[in-house]
Amino acid sequence: MRFGVVVFPGSNCEQDVVHAANHLGFETSYIWHGDTDLGHVDAVILPGGFSYGDYIRCGAVARFSPIMAEVVRFAERGGPVMGICNGFQILTEAHLLPGALLRNSGLKFICHGQPLRVERSACEWLDLPEGAVVDIPVNHNEGNYYCDAETLARLQAGGQIVLRYCEPDGSRAAAGNAPNGAVDDIAGICNERGNVFGLMPHPERAVDPLTGTTDGAPFFTAIAKRLAEVAG
Amino acid sequence: MARYEVYVTYKQGIFDPPGATAERALANLGYEGIESVKIGKYIQIEADADLATVHEMCERLLANPVIEDFRIVAEGEA
Repeated sequence: MRFGVVVFPGSNCEQDVVHAANHLGFETSYIWHGDTDLGHVDAVILPGGFSYGDYIRCGAVARFSPIMAEVVRFAERGGPVMGICNGFQILTEAHLLPGALLRNSGLKFICHGQPLRVERSACEWLDLPEGAVVDIPVNHNEGNYYCDAETLARLQAGGQIVLRYCEPDGSRAAAGNAPNGAVDDIAGICNERGNVFGLMPHPERAVDPLTGTTDGAPFFTAIAKRLAEVAG
Repeated sequence: MARYEVYVTYKQGIFDPPGATAERALANLGYEGIESVKIGKYIQIEADADLATVHEMCERLLANPVIEDFRIVAEGEA
């Protein structure tokens, strides 16, 4: 199992992703944004950071990097793609996922551990049961997920809401739990097919016990298990 | 060479936190009757391009149609 980790100018979480995947026993390779070939990878991860300095909008320029045409093709063929934080922003800009990430409603950069509730979804990247709670750090300034009411209804009906911000016990406060103003407390979504997954929290920072929690491990192991099953 | 001015603003109904903050700050300064303050982007383009091409530039890169509206003002020859 090999994860390909795309590196854009301004990415800064690619080494964390590689460390997490290696820690779990997976192979990894870095893919430069200017490349036009993904190489032999089983799954692609777009890491966090500030690609192209977040100029114009977060992810707006990265979306047109040469490698992104290949990422789109890979995703359309059913290849698993996960975008973390800035990677999520890039996936929405590339229209691989619906909606957009707006500036945090509180105007502050947020950086803290965050309980997340796993929802029942089509997402191929997670095999945790519905209602499971994971504690994973968030670290962003533009994580306020927005989509219109029609898109939200479609996400709900299609099992595309993968993760929601929640209380430590998994419940949701009446006033909402999103630390950034995200609509319907959405922290992560997938496409209809379930192979493209975007999330604001950083599972790679919750894999090595050194960082305090290992709740992020399933975000790497589930897809590896699924691909192994498919390969027979 | 033509010159264009582009104004990018959030679509109606999308929360604009910097605008809302400016709105409150102006009220705190004692200005009354402020209905709303919106903060957007202003872009100047000088290019050998027609209006339709600049419109395409806005749709593809300069604005995100999911959350933003844009208005192009053609300023004539640069």
